[in-house]
Amino acid sequence: MWSLSNIAGITQTWLNATFNPTIALWSEFVIVGVLVIALFAVLGLGLVYMERKVAAHIQIRLGPNRVGPMGIFQTTADTVKLIMKEGLTPDGSDHFLFNLAPFVVMIAAMLVLAPIAFAKNFQIWDINIGVLYVSAVSSISVIGILMAGWASNNKYSLLGAMRSGAQIVSYELSVGLSIISIVVLSGSLQLSDIIASQQDGWWIFKGHIPVIIAFVIFIIAVTAETNRAPFDLAEAESELTAGFHTEYSGMKFALFFLAEYINIFIVCAIGATLFFGGWMPLHIGNWQGFNQVMDYIPSSVWFISKTLFLIFLIMWFRWTFPRLRIDQLLNLEWKYLLPISMVNLLLITVMAIMKWHF
Amino acid sequence: MVQYTFYFLSFLAILSALMVVVSKNPVHSVLYLIITFFAIAGHYVLMNAQFLAAVHIIVYAGAIMVLFLYVIMMLNLNADVEPHKSKWLKFAATITGGLLMIVLIGALRNVSENAAAGLPGNDIGLVKNLGRVLFNDYALPFEVSSILFLSAMVGAVMLGKKEIK
Repeated sequence: MWSLSNIAGITQTWLNATFNPTIALWSEFVIVGVLVIALFAVLGLGLVYMERKVAAHIQIRLGPNRVGPMGIFQTTADTVKLIMKEGLTPDGSDHFLFNLAPFVVMIAAMLVLAPIAFAKNFQIWDINIGVLYVSAVSSISVIGILMAGWASNNKYSLLGAMRSGAQIVSYELSVGLSIISIVVLSGSLQLSDIIASQQDGWWIFKGHIPVIIAFVIFIIAVTAETNRAPFDLAEAESELTAGFHTEYSGMKFALFFLAEYINIFIVCAIGATLFFGGWMPLHIGNWQGFNQVMDYIPSSVWFISKTLFLIFLIMWFRWTFPRLRIDQLLNLEWKYLLPISMVNLLLITVMAIMKWHF
Repeated sequence: MVQYTFYFLSFLAILSALMVVVSKNPVHSVLYLIITFFAIAGHYVLMNAQFLAAVHIIVYAGAIMVLFLYVIMMLNLNADVEPHKSKWLKFAATITGGLLMIVLIGALRNVSENAAAGLPGNDIGLVKNLGRVLFNDYALPFEVSSILFLSAMVGAVMLGKKEIK
């Protein structure tokens, strides 16, 4: 079987047999780095295309259809355009921070990728505090956004960054609480253990209504955390021109744009891992025959299709709900989502202790 | 490998801590402080306390420093609006800081280098052990400190509330 974990295993054995351990380790680092960057490029191109097509479909139009068949090279052409453009740095800006900010956002997105399991036994780093690591590292990106907004020396940028800061810091709590509810059920912070605990069914099915509530809160909160509409106050086009990245152009703008889509991918991958079993095929209790049929579909296909489904859901939100005002946004978090998720966490804890889940 | 990482992280932590004090622009100071926190989180990882490192980053770099940045950016403090302290104040501050350093060095001078190695088990910082210790041996201090946080939160809400009409 040519599964991803086999390929990784074969590569590792070959490297260790051919070179000495240090060189083998370093070349593994290099391979992982190159693969991550390649994944980023593919994701950036693919997700932007997907977003435009989904938007077009929802608004009953065709979307990009000129460059290549069905317009699939549209995003490539856009990227080439952005690379060719001049990257301006405004005169009154803080030059160093202005140029550093897109890389901070990008590196934060890159680091969160480490503990995600893309397929069975195919994970960069199975750290024992997996989900905590994710929430720790993903909180760095807000520093990059604040840096960008402040260094631009532009009032729209600063306003956008301020809104984004308030939004991300408050919605992080709800994301954290709904992640903790799954940690309570599976009894581990390690992502591979969380996936293994869904061997006989995904948590969203096993956990009754409380887990469904946790999932709904999770998806609302991550939509807010990635600054997506209806929570895109940080870059509200009609109010702030483009929010924190108003002054950015060329490749630096492209990095922000790419980081936004990478972040969507990451939060959806985390959501798929926690609630939909990651790469775990759809298993139902002890139905041996059914489970074996499901096992024929490769684990990477399961992971990617679940993640893409969640991404589609978030894109669907964008074209369905109108944008919230900043006070409505903060009210929603502090007065509704946070109390609900706290009570919900208590319910789930009771459920986990009494073993009421399947 | 571990030793080189330790030296690098210590150098980074001290350098950026110095830059927090030295740099003219308050926003730069806060950013250097964030780098310091990351270096300290790296030290925790070296001591195999990943949980502590993650919580350190979530709480300090992720929440508290963001609020610092937020307030400083909102007030738009720049290098040119920084108030100029008198020469005597600077002199007094240097002496006070120096005395504090002497006290710290005096207190830490006799700590054996292997104090960390004397801890029971190498995986003391892992989440499981930490939780077990926190909720068995130190349950009361843990709960009391959470009440302290609650009262601080209620106080902040009271201060921020508008006058009741």
